[in-house]
Amino acid sequence: MNSDKKVISVRNLTKKFGSFTANDDLSFDVYQGEIFGFLGANGAGKTTAMKILCGLSYPTSGEIMVAGLDVYKQREELKRNIGYMSQKFSLYEDLTVFENIRFYAGIYGMSLKDIKLKSDDLLKKLDLVHARNKRIGELPLGWKQKLAFSVAIFHNPEIVFLDEPTGGVDPVTRRQFWDLIYEASRNGITVFVTTHYMDEAEYCNRVSIMVDGRIEALDTPEGLKNKFEAKDMDEVFLRLARKSNYKE
Amino acid sequence: MRTIKFILQKEFLQIFRNKSMLPVIFVMPIIQLCVLVFAATYEMKNTNLFVVDKDLSSHSRELISKFNGSPFFTVKDIDFSINNAEDELLKDDVDAILVFENGFGKLVDKKEPAEVQVLVNAIDASAAGLYNAYILSVIQEYNLQLKAKLQIVGKDNGIHLVQNTYSFLFNPEMKYIPYMLPGILVLLVTVIGLFLSAMNVVREKEIGTIEQINVTPIKKYQFLIGKLIPFLVIGFFELGVGLLLAAFVFKIPILGSVWLIYLVAFVYLLTILGIGLLISTQTDTQQQAMFIAWFFMIIFIMMSGLFTPTDSMPMWGQKLNYLNPVAYFIKIIRMIMLKGSGFMDVAKELSILGVYAVAILGIAVNRYRKVA
Repeated sequence: MNSDKKVISVRNLTKKFGSFTANDDLSFDVYQGEIFGFLGANGAGKTTAMKILCGLSYPTSGEIMVAGLDVYKQREELKRNIGYMSQKFSLYEDLTVFENIRFYAGIYGMSLKDIKLKSDDLLKKLDLVHARNKRIGELPLGWKQKLAFSVAIFHNPEIVFLDEPTGGVDPVTRRQFWDLIYEASRNGITVFVTTHYMDEAEYCNRVSIMVDGRIEALDTPEGLKNKFEAKDMDEVFLRLARKSNYKE
Repeated sequence: MRTIKFILQKEFLQIFRNKSMLPVIFVMPIIQLCVLVFAATYEMKNTNLFVVDKDLSSHSRELISKFNGSPFFTVKDIDFSINNAEDELLKDDVDAILVFENGFGKLVDKKEPAEVQVLVNAIDASAAGLYNAYILSVIQEYNLQLKAKLQIVGKDNGIHLVQNTYSFLFNPEMKYIPYMLPGILVLLVTVIGLFLSAMNVVREKEIGTIEQINVTPIKKYQFLIGKLIPFLVIGFFELGVGLLLAAFVFKIPILGSVWLIYLVAFVYLLTILGIGLLISTQTDTQQQAMFIAWFFMIIFIMMSGLFTPTDSMPMWGQKLNYLNPVAYFIKIIRMIMLKGSGFMDVAKELSILGVYAVAILGIAVNRYRKVA
């Protein structure tokens, strides 16, 4: 499931807001089909970095290629090849499940016929056929999150960026959500995910941990646990995060 | 094109699904049109007059009877002293006081200039102007009759001519609604267009969907066109309803071409919606957008010539009005509806609006940032 093909390549990424440095000289690679965990305390600079990778924000400096495209010059092409699920809920509450799918798939250029076929399959898989014509606002949060993820990868992007996708969701739904992530990864979609849940970090192929805008550690969960002589990711995280100057 | 189609589909679904906005969009303008056209009137009826007659001559009484006979005046009281009259004025029970000094009649008999003092309650300046004009015209008419009686008896023609002019001027019931309705129509189309568009993009910012849009390959102009067209359609619909009401309920003859009105409305709405979208892209909350839209709305309307003639504004105000799209449209729609002006007659104003529309939409597209 992992390959040697780099889909994200970041060299010396720096982002400053005035005198505040949100991302300080980040360098890392993400390989095709990988589930890449992007961890860090609140305010560590995860979302900032992710927005730069998605073409939503300009970096101050650094060389960044995503899906083989330059985030400075090929921003719009890049957007065709990625999916994104933001922290804020991103589907339209006043539209139905199908209308949301049709809208997002439509603006990615899919034909109406493909949209219909694929959405039928999707709803069957999610066991949401009965909710096809229900408004998003009427659905429980867990269903909404699963749908939002499915919509984000509906146009078959190379990479999907997930910004704390399981916030506020119950453990069972979180587990189901991760099943969806695994499935996407098996289908060759690279998953770039930020999270606060350390058990979720264990599900990732590789994990980077950010502290105060820098990447302090980057390895497989096993590698990190060995290196820090920790029994689980929780402990790894606490050891690193304790070095932070930033207190909430 | 396909992208725009999908945006339009989504926008229309959202508009028609918003149960609290539907009546605002489709019913309120009609109610407002009916209420405003009938209520916001400059018509003069029942002006209460207090007469202070210190003269008590046949001449003063004759003039008073002219006021009594007029449908616009009610002579509330006649007294010798000004004190009571001033009390009534302070209580707002009378609108104007007419004072005949002692000796008025004698001066008239001697064919010398005789004076009548007119005191008008000017709290409401525009109403005061009307009272004054009405009172003067009654006095003028009396004056002419007096002249005829005293000097030029037998030459009826002159008198007749003047009286004709008089009845034309003071027949406002015929002239009032056609004058106000086109302007109010412009107002309604503007309010709906400006507010809906100003609130729209910023609403997506508030609920967070804008970020999802910005991460798609959607083009800025596609997004804004998709936002623009639904409001254009709503604006056209409202204009249509308003014109139908004008023609069949208010019975105003629309002298010019309805197509020309729509052509102008198209260019005008592009300008207004452009302003709204620009506000929307530059604000972060619906509250901010609302206040900024309101700020422009008030200035545009008060300076538009709807309530006060633009010609009597100070020069800087008239210059400022070159930037007021509402003023152009009110002027053009009145010309088309009331005078039957054609395309060439309104071409100058229309082309200014056109330049305005292109400029403001250009700025709006430019200022909408997909990247922070």
